[in-house]
Amino acid sequence: MSSIGTGYDLSVTTFSPDGRVFQIEYAAKAVDNSGTVIGIKCKDGIVLGVEKLIPSKMMLPGSNRRIHAVHRHSGMAVAGLAADGRQIVARAKSEATNYDSVYGDPIPVKELADRVASYVHLCTLYWWLRPFGCGVILGGYDRDGPQLYMVEPSGVSYRYFGAAIGKGRQAAKTEIEKLKLQDLTCRKAVIEVAKIIYGVHDEAKDKDFELEMSWVCDESNRQHEKVPEELLEEAKAAAKLALEEMDAD
Amino acid sequence: MDQVDFNAPHSMGTTIIGVTYNGGVVLGADSRTSTGVYVANRASDKITKLTDNVYVCRSGSAADSQVVSDYVRYFLHQHTIQLGQPATVKVAANLVRLLAYNNKNNLQTGLIVGGWDKYEGGQIYGVPLGGTIVQQPFAIGGSGSSYLYGFFDQAWKEGMTQDEAEELVKKAVSLAIARDGASGGVVRTVIINSEGVTRNFYPGDQLPIWHDELESHNSLLDILGAPEPMNI
Repeated sequence: MSSIGTGYDLSVTTFSPDGRVFQIEYAAKAVDNSGTVIGIKCKDGIVLGVEKLIPSKMMLPGSNRRIHAVHRHSGMAVAGLAADGRQIVARAKSEATNYDSVYGDPIPVKELADRVASYVHLCTLYWWLRPFGCGVILGGYDRDGPQLYMVEPSGVSYRYFGAAIGKGRQAAKTEIEKLKLQDLTCRKAVIEVAKIIYGVHDEAKDKDFELEMSWVCDESNRQHEKVPEELLEEAKAAAKLALEEMDAD
Repeated sequence: MDQVDFNAPHSMGTTIIGVTYNGGVVLGADSRTSTGVYVANRASDKITKLTDNVYVCRSGSAADSQVVSDYVRYFLHQHTIQLGQPATVKVAANLVRLLAYNNKNNLQTGLIVGGWDKYEGGQIYGVPLGGTIVQQPFAIGGSGSSYLYGFFDQAWKEGMTQDEAEELVKKAVSLAIARDGASGGVVRTVIINSEGVTRNFYPGDQLPIWHDELESHNSLLDILGAPEPMNI
């Protein structure tokens, strides 16, 4: 549903005659053109996965991380403009540590999502700021169990069972819907997420990519951490195998 | 005899207690507020509500403890609205602690925070003078508590029933009242559990008699049907 908002799209403080704020919609386009980012909530935790497109063969594997730890119990995967993403992560970390110092308890994931969303929304209210050109998938495990939230450039934030943003989000969402999330443990989910990301990666259009994954679950002691090396390798192998089987048809 | 100084700061000599049991907490306190040797209020309520599920026992300077409670009540109210659910006891105690610690040079109040939340059940947190926070199965505070350390060493046990816990608190406060001049009046208790809050009040004639104390007698004024003092 694209349209050109000529004349009404120069400022984030201008509405169009049909009630749209075009600058925010354009910000969302920046997210849509980025590598796919997925998050799913399973039986015992959250898994986050990123299709990290590598622009140059000179880059060191493992650099330019797209998944960040916000607090011991939560992590954030970013899609869109990387520099904007870094700001949001910094703010989230700051909110989380501030909450901990004042209230003596790790910040509830819902509260963290609300604060990140407020911050992102803030930047859509003033003409001298521009909206963030990135979307964020936030996963955490607190007293109310594992929770997954997604924050869009407009500042809207919802809670999800499964969420996907970026280039391959439509295909990814379809795949996620096929999974039976209530029965899936995080260990199995890591394999599934890898398969989905490898599946939605467009070999023709895009260059190489690196798979980045993290989880926070009962197995990781409710701490957010990178998926352990051997499990990650196992997931990558299973994903490549699944791709070959698909191609063989 | 020295003249009573009515301008001396109101202090609650006090005995305050907080005890966990299987299902919640019981908070207890005496009711004496003194200004020097004059008892300014013989029926004060030292157990103050912070939220529906968290109460605090106040000791030391009456003004200081009231102000701290007021601030914490205000912050907790906003926190509850933001969170969308009742605050936890730990959060309440931590807010009390932040105020007590950061203003330690200007405050003289020892507090016991007790309550119930759905995550951890009944909890007691002591916040004594310097602003430390320590979670304990039971806590005692105020000038009268000096006389209770040995008593609790002997009488305290884990996993009491609600009645056992309340009996323990009542007995302890009344023992402290017997020995501490700065504690007196009635015994108030507040029981907090998953079902809610129950306030109880025990005047002198409902408390046990200890060594060397006299039985209370009905006043002759009541028995003889004497006229009201003001009607003469």
